Amino acid sequence: MAAETPTRTLIAPTEMNRRVGRFLHRFVLTATLIGFTLAFVFPLYWMASGALKSSSELAAPTPTLVPESFHPESYTDAWTNVGLGHFFLNTFVLALGAWLTQLLIDVTAAYALSKLRPLLGNVILGMMLATLMLPVSALLVPTYLTVVDVPILHVNLINTPFAVWLPAAANAFNIFLLKRFFDQIPAELLDSARIDGAGTLRVLVSVVLPLSRPVLAVVSIFAVVGVWKDFLWPMLVLPDEAKQPITVALNRLAEFMPANQLLAGMVMASIPLLVLFLIFQRHIIAGLTAGSVKG
Amino acid sequence: MAGRPLPTSPARADARDRTPVRNGAPAPAGASGPTAKTSPDRTPVPPAGPAGRGGAATARRRRRVRENLVAYLFLAAGVICFALFSWYPIVRGILLGFQQVTFAQPAEWVGLDNFRRLFEDPLFLTAWKNTGWFTLLALVFGFAAPFATAVVLNELRRGKAYLRMTVYLPVMLPSVVTMLLWRWFYDPGPGLFNNVLDVFHLPAQQWLESENLAMVSLVLVSTWANMGTTTLIYLAALGGIPGELYEAAELDGASIRRRLWHVTIPQMRFILMITLLLQVIGTMQVFVEPFVLTGGGPDDATVTVLLLLYRYAFVYNDFGLASAMSTVLFVVLGIFAGVYLRLTRSKG
Repeated sequence: MAAETPTRTLIAPTEMNRRVGRFLHRFVLTATLIGFTLAFVFPLYWMASGALKSSSELAAPTPTLVPESFHPESYTDAWTNVGLGHFFLNTFVLALGAWLTQLLIDVTAAYALSKLRPLLGNVILGMMLATLMLPVSALLVPTYLTVVDVPILHVNLINTPFAVWLPAAANAFNIFLLKRFFDQIPAELLDSARIDGAGTLRVLVSVVLPLSRPVLAVVSIFAVVGVWKDFLWPMLVLPDEAKQPITVALNRLAEFMPANQLLAGMVMASIPLLVLFLIFQRHIIAGLTAGSVKG
Repeated sequence: MAGRPLPTSPARADARDRTPVRNGAPAPAGASGPTAKTSPDRTPVPPAGPAGRGGAATARRRRRVRENLVAYLFLAAGVICFALFSWYPIVRGILLGFQQVTFAQPAEWVGLDNFRRLFEDPLFLTAWKNTGWFTLLALVFGFAAPFATAVVLNELRRGKAYLRMTVYLPVMLPSVVTMLLWRWFYDPGPGLFNNVLDVFHLPAQQWLESENLAMVSLVLVSTWANMGTTTLIYLAALGGIPGELYEAAELDGASIRRRLWHVTIPQMRFILMITLLLQVIGTMQVFVEPFVLTGGGPDDATVTVLLLLYRYAFVYNDFGLASAMSTVLFVVLGIFAGVYLRLTRSKG
């Protein structure tokens, strides 16, 4: 919240320091603070507090700002009776697995492309990056059909977590981010490790990875958040209700659940991501702007 | 809406880092940019006499083969994943549009039949009209709001960290949660919005049930949920504008509004173009909003291209028809992607 390093922006410091300027600044500051809190934080409060209200209070024509009586049992009811706990754990498994497969597959691929530089490596990288240009939705049907019957192997991945994990690992953005970071690691470091007798894998594990913590954090967060938030793909490839993540289950159950329990479920589905965001804000914002171009 | 984080830079930055190395052949071990010249080769081959040359060359070749093998071992999982779930579906997606697919028997070629059926479906045109309308509205709200927000935030001296955080909060919510939350807000009964309107003595609205308002309601949710990303990108770009430009403009007597018009916007032009294109590409694939909030109603007013595609494929199990739809979507988005590529290329 502290004032940030003053760099010259649109409005000159002198204009800011004039009385009118100071007044306007304070006015705009207060207005944005209130406006943003109302627009972006209040809905979250409304959701969490709504879950604490009784069903009759929720259905009342005039909503109340603070719950008249507190009913935290809607959370426990949603967790156990409706079985959201089960769906929550499904999401957790999907996210954890997606995180691990993405790290394993994308890190090794980026390492190969950046440091081992095989023949045609750049062609492969180009083909991977080209997929970023394709709209995800245009590939929805063929990818779905591929998951139903994986070519050559002829296995059906429907209702298995692999249907979520493996397509997520084919992530050109991750590989690109990792490769660019690995490119900056000086070759001398790797060479000296090799002279000490480290093999290719050993160099990756004990030299490259420890140096790459920031980029690994970014990739990890995006991997977890992406899978946790996803809706359409898990809905398609996990039709078995017992295997669905919480997002899909919530949408399916929304019609049948009491409103306060539905809200409790929505809070549960959001909390891990919000906590993750509060902890890794810096990484998330850095990762977001890392890719973006400067004007 | 954009499933993957920002596909903005890769193509561009890739072009940038490909130039100095220019390899493809088995480069000297770990050659990366300027550091390469310090270690020309991992094991310097001793300057052998004429007799030793052939042996050293075969040894080097064998080493190169082995190094390539190791490299491909590391690359294998990634390449297999891409081949199965990215490259192969691309090819198959094009072919599927010309096939009749049922799970019972092998795919059958039907020529342009799928496309003929697609263009005959009256919903096809409706879906495109609705999607176009959504995209247009989303540009009006979703393009101006983050820019204005970013410009204001950039001028504030306090509270920036908090404001930056709050504007990004909705981005972190699962999209289904956002939609269910807003469905509750839009509820004509105990919904928050009509209650707020009531406080100001304004008439209650049929947010999702009215043909005229339904799409606007969807765009509002979508903007709320997604503007955080764009705002942060703009903020980063605003931070990169050199202060001297503003100082010079100020010395020339330019007012704040003129500085905004003649310095800020020209400096931001490139990033504004990029986000504009990305937003068009993103909003044309809108799905969760109509799927959860309206189901395409009322009276097909919110049937979008992707919602129709979903129905073709997963409600009617007509994968051929859905793929024909994908192809049309792909061609339309391809035009925007082409413009985007040209822009990034010429700038890079």
